[in-house]
This record gives sequence, structure tokens and C-alpha cells, in this order.
Amino acid sequence: MELWSLLPVPVQSLIATVLIILPLLGVVAWYTYAERKVIGYMQVRIGPNRVGWRGLLQPIADALKLMMKEIIIPTQANKQLFLIAPMISIIPALAAWAVIPFDAGLVLADINAGLLYVLAMTSLGVYGVIIAGWASNSKYAFLGSLRAAAQIVAYEIAMGFALVGVLVAAGSLNFSAIVMAQQGGVWHWFWLPLLPLFGVYYISGVAETNRAPFDVAEGESEIVAGFHVEYSGMAFAIFFLAEYANMVLIAMLTTLMFFGGWLSPFQGIPVLESLFAGVPGIIWLLIKTFFFMFTFLWLRATFPRYRYDQIMRLGWKVFIPITIVWILVVALAVVFEVSPWWSATA
Amino acid sequence: MLRSVRDYFNSLLLVELFKGLQLTGAYLFKRKFTVQYPEEKIPVSPRFRGLHALRRYPNGEERCIACKLCEAVCPALAITIEAEPRADGSRRTTRYEIDLFKCIYCGFCEESCPVDSIVETSIYEYHFEQLGDNVMTKEKLLAIGDQYEAEIAEARLKDAPYR
Repeated sequence: MELWSLLPVPVQSLIATVLIILPLLGVVAWYTYAERKVIGYMQVRIGPNRVGWRGLLQPIADALKLMMKEIIIPTQANKQLFLIAPMISIIPALAAWAVIPFDAGLVLADINAGLLYVLAMTSLGVYGVIIAGWASNSKYAFLGSLRAAAQIVAYEIAMGFALVGVLVAAGSLNFSAIVMAQQGGVWHWFWLPLLPLFGVYYISGVAETNRAPFDVAEGESEIVAGFHVEYSGMAFAIFFLAEYANMVLIAMLTTLMFFGGWLSPFQGIPVLESLFAGVPGIIWLLIKTFFFMFTFLWLRATFPRYRYDQIMRLGWKVFIPITIVWILVVALAVVFEVSPWWSATA
Repeated sequence: MLRSVRDYFNSLLLVELFKGLQLTGAYLFKRKFTVQYPEEKIPVSPRFRGLHALRRYPNGEERCIACKLCEAVCPALAITIEAEPRADGSRRTTRYEIDLFKCIYCGFCEESCPVDSIVETSIYEYHFEQLGDNVMTKEKLLAIGDQYEAEIAEARLKDAPYR
């Protein structure tokens, strides 16, 4: 600890960044493996099992394959934009992690407007998709990026409103403060008082990351692979990484805002609380996050793709009205200090 | 009226979707029965129609008498036969070729053969590395017959009661 404080601040940030990014990339890599395994099991198959024990080294084999492949740049493509697009996708997906608290005080940048920053970063990701589709100079890529743009704009609003609900309930934009506002066990977490907002937020999150059943931007059965048809090798891998990093991020944010972050679910329950008191907060955080990551895969294994107009209808005509109504409900509840969530002590 | 209200709440509360999730969730824990192919193999019926072979009699004489029934019955025109009398006066093929790219593995050649010469074995793992390898010549067919005679005879014996 002495040594740590002796280091110059930029070096400290650098080390902390590496400590966040490296495990994150590992999680992303094995998330792709988990996806193939889980979906395989749900389809009564066994998924990859050839590389390493039970196929556990599959992500490494995939990464090697993608790195050795040629990056083909179409002749008519806009070369600069074509190569910048994957970077624009992945940078916000990783940058958003700066404000995520992993435990009480365990956060890289404890800024006040953390929620706003995350919202901004997740919205920036769409530019990567749009630019990729435009720069490819291919009709499928272009259609995919147009769909992605319209879809992400539509769901951004519902998502933003859901976050307004969280903001009203917690009275802060700082993630640590949002988590601390949920203290007091499972029934005090915001998923219960904000249940409609939680549903809207999670479904919008699935739509934001262009995951099934909202994956019309990729739509492999109609527009081949959507915005990244023309990408190959590492350039494609970067898009892939960005998509999965965004999924992990959405799962993490859902945990932080609706499921009490690093708080133990046994708070306030007599025996269990002391029994699990020794479990570090980050373990609870990871368990909850992994559950929501699993749900992403579960949804993909279960539902067929939405039709495009149905996606738009759901976003504009269902989610936005629900969120507006529930924000009003939450605001009234906060004003009248409805217990147990907003009792006078809080 | 009541029904439309019920439908409205069902769709708003994602009732059907949760049912779907429940179903796939149950399948997650179902027993998997994938056969790990190169290590595990499924049993093969004695009637299986795989790679062809030409058989010999136990004394070493080739069975084929060049009657050309197989050539005539072959729906894919995959069989080509040329025949001449041999030095001892018996009628034999000088050329017996099956193009495996044309062959549809219907088994008619085996059915039509009056002397049980051409057969389809249960070999299903084979490949060609060069164009032209797909044409099975008489020598190759006889060699397969010689190598797998025991299996071929056993399979015919097992199927005999049902024919």
C-alpha cells in the first residue's frame, strides 16, 4: 500500500486500467465459448469439445485463427473509415468500464456523473456500426447499419428513461451512490420498486447490443451479416469483441442499478447475513453479472428474430409509455417516502 | 372484451416468452446423446450400401461372368463393362469400372447379380485425392473384395433369412 501511493498517479491509473481490461477481455473471450456451450446444451447438443478439456481452449484457437487471417479491404471501400469503424466500436465498450465500481471504493474513476458517462459511451458505439456499414460500400452492410442506427436510437430513449427512474430513486448519478441507496437485502434492491423499468432496461439493453431476438442489424438470414459482411480477420474480431464487451457491460449495469451491485442478498436476514458476511462484495457482483450474461444467451437460444416493424413498435409505442408512467410513480413514491425503499432515514 | 384484456396483460407481462424460456431452460439439463464420431460409431446394418467390391469364389476364381446385368440395371449409368473370352474359354470382364461420382448407391447392381459378384460393403469412410481416383477399376474392386471377404460374407449371411 505504501508503494502504491508512492507511484505517480498516471502509473496508478495505467495499472488499474490494465487490471480491469485484461480480465474483461478474458471474460469476453470465454463468453463466446460459454455462448456456444449454453446454446448447444439448450439445443440438446454438446457444443465445442475438441480444443482442450471440454473445449475450454476454443477461444484461443478462434483468436489465433482470426489473427492469422487476411484483412480484406474492398476496392471501393473508404479505407480510412473502414479501418476506424471497428476501433470506434470497441473503444467506448471498454471505456465505459472506467466508472464501474467493483466493490465499495473499488472504482477507477469515481465521478459524479457516472451514469451519464456510461449512457454517452454506450451511445457512441453505434457510430462504429454506422461507419462500418457506410465505409464497406456494400448494400447489405449499409442496410444493416441503417437498421442498427434506427434501432439503437429508438431503444436509447427507452433506456435513458429507465435510467431516469434509477436516478430519481437513488438521487444520484454516481454508481457507488446508486448501489449504496439499495442497501438492506434483496427486497430493497431497485428491481422491485422499479420492476417495469428493470424489464424495459434489460430488454433495451439486448436491443442496444443488437443481440437476438433484436439482431436485425446482423440478420444473417436476410442481409448475410449486416454491417460487418465485408470485414474479415482481426477487423471482424474487433466487432465481435465489442459486441460481447457491450453485453458484459449491460449485464454489469443491470446488476449495479437494479440488483444491488456488490451488496450481499442476505442483508437483514438474521442467520444468513453473518454466515455470508465474509464473502467479498466483488463475488456477489460477479455472480449477479454472470446470471445476466447467461440470460443474454438464454434469450438467444429461445426466441426467433423480431420483425423490424415490431421492434420499432415495441420501442416507441410500448417501452417509452411504460417508462414515462413509471417514472411518475417512482417520483411520487420518493416524494411521499414510501417504505421500505424511501423511508425518511434515507 | 374480457379476452382482449387478458391477451393484453399476457403480452405485456411476457407470459408466453417466459414459457419459452422455461422450455429451453429445461432442455439445458436434458441428457445429450451426441455421438463423438471418429471415436464413437453407430452400429451399421448388414444391408448397408457403401463402397463396392467384387468377390471371388473360395478357390480364388473371380465370380463375375460379365453378364452385364448390373451395367444394364444401373440407373446412374455408373458401371462400364468390357468382356472377352479368356484363354480357357470362359467369359470374363477385361474392364469393370464403377464411377463413384455417378453412383447413387441404390444397390441394384448387387440385386441383379446372378453370381453374387458385385456387392456393396459397409465401408463408408473413404475419400479421393486425385481426379480419376473416383473411378473404381476392376483391380481395386477385387482388392476390396479380397480384403473384406469375411465381413461381406457375414453381412450376406445375416441378411439371408429376410430375403
